Amino acid sequence: MTATVHVPGGSMPAAPVEPRKRRASKVPYLLLLPGVAWLLVFFVAPMIFLASQSLQTGSIEQGYALTWHIGTYGDALSAFHSQLFRSFGYAATATVLGLLVGYPLAYTIAFKAGRWKNVLLVLVIAPFFTSFLIRTLAWQTILSSDGPVVGFFRATHLMDLLRSLHLVAGNDLLSTPFAVVMGLTYNFLPFMVLPLYASLERIDIRLLEAGGDLYARPFTAFRKVTWPLSLPGVVAGTLLTFIPAAGDYINSKLLGNTSTTMIGQVIDGQFLRVLDYPTAAALSFTLMLAILVIVAVYVRRAGTEELV
Amino acid sequence: MATATEPTRVTGTRPASPARRRRNPWTWLREHVVAIVAVLAFVYLLLPNVVVIIFSFNKPNGRFNYTWSHFSTDAWTNVCGAPGMCESLALSLRIGVLATIGATVLGTLMAFALGRHRFRGRPQTNLLIFMPMATPEVVMGSSLLTLFLNLKIPLGTTAILIAHVMFCVSFVVVTVKARIAGLDPRLEQAAADLYANEFQAFWRVTFPLVAPGIAAGALLAFSLSFDDYIITNFNATTSSVTFPMYVWGAAQRGTPVQINVIGTLMFLLALAAVVTGQLVSSRRAGRA
Repeated sequence: MTATVHVPGGSMPAAPVEPRKRRASKVPYLLLLPGVAWLLVFFVAPMIFLASQSLQTGSIEQGYALTWHIGTYGDALSAFHSQLFRSFGYAATATVLGLLVGYPLAYTIAFKAGRWKNVLLVLVIAPFFTSFLIRTLAWQTILSSDGPVVGFFRATHLMDLLRSLHLVAGNDLLSTPFAVVMGLTYNFLPFMVLPLYASLERIDIRLLEAGGDLYARPFTAFRKVTWPLSLPGVVAGTLLTFIPAAGDYINSKLLGNTSTTMIGQVIDGQFLRVLDYPTAAALSFTLMLAILVIVAVYVRRAGTEELV
Repeated sequence: MATATEPTRVTGTRPASPARRRRNPWTWLREHVVAIVAVLAFVYLLLPNVVVIIFSFNKPNGRFNYTWSHFSTDAWTNVCGAPGMCESLALSLRIGVLATIGATVLGTLMAFALGRHRFRGRPQTNLLIFMPMATPEVVMGSSLLTLFLNLKIPLGTTAILIAHVMFCVSFVVVTVKARIAGLDPRLEQAAADLYANEFQAFWRVTFPLVAPGIAAGALLAFSLSFDDYIITNFNATTSSVTFPMYVWGAAQRGTPVQINVIGTLMFLLALAAVVTGQLVSSRRAGRA
């Protein structure tokens, strides 16, 4: 009996089963309802409130009224454009550095690790096991002025190099742009490595061998085969680094100084200390829109539409 | 096998190429540059964790635990000695567990809808799920604060919980959806061939196969919730201080060594959980 039942299944093994399409079923909508409702109420609606708040005038004492006062954006940007540009500059630098550090790491895990693959993957996510605020505080210890890292940088004249790049001001690493960018790179490195690994691991090793058979030198094989095939991972990894890094202010607060202030810090301060809600909302909305534009342009140029 | 031993013997007689490789350090460097960068990257990634563990045994001179003074186990024997820390830890654990349950239930339902059904509005749903992951935390935190202020919803633990479910749910959907997509649909057909009805096929075949994905999504949600500072800070009050908020405050006032003890304990617990999980799954794979 079982044998006869199995035959049809075995005779058409390649036919992928379509997700059950049933007569205009209500099931998917019922499954989606609670989650979608949650996201609409607590993600989409707040964005609308944020946009509305940025166009209101008034004060906390007298209340706010929607006056479509677009000038708040101009005032906010002329006051804080340097923090906004600095955020994108730091985030872009951290993303490039993350790619330079993360790609060899992901490559090694995917192709060279053998049976140590799982151990190394655990090591990549291991930093997450300790709260990231505690780890960022640990960098204060590592970069402290009498520590071995600073000593190494001074001895090898790397400090002079950083100073000529305006990444440090004096003879220390802590409380400098260098420390902030280093912290951003560090904090989001696993977000870079994991998508890179996922796309590298999927590459059929025989394609590289074929490249070798066709007299491609290792570097040419990498440039023509490995790198193009890993592009989805590169796009996902760079986005997962750039977006949170642009909005982050933990690193600039804990590892930087007053001249490394990023836009997130300004938004936080305007909302929670200055209590200037329209300005804070305008900055927040600007950050959101700027990131959307950057991401849209980048994804289109990189040519990968399907991200999720 | 004989051919495999031959080159080794040849190496012993030092033919031109390996000898040159050994003599020229630049060639060696060029051939191993990827592995060297990978090792350095691991040092970069794990150094702070090592520092956190070492400094949990420090006895600092001042209020800040940033420079090594001398060895002590004081913080380990008196973990709750830092005022307010254990209360904040308890709050973070409570919010973490509740947010994980909420996000896992909502996210798993959505993942099944997206992974198993065709329906109108699918691309829009995917976009809605993707957006929170592509939005900086500071924007999500501040927009939620605007919502709560405008609707006069009180801030505090409930507001934090709502926010945490919101930003965790997308990560659960993505994790579980990937697991559902990797399932062999023929397994469910086989169940149907063996006269299982749809309900039985789901509970006895599909669900157990998807369960590891759900567990991974739940773990991810918990660690995101437990670790969140920025969004939480926007929606908290002075009476709802989570552990990350406590650490942030301590960074301004003085860092008790106990923070490092908690950091070390969390690290060891999570490591033990991951190692156990790996062992269990590899043993299962070995049995199958």
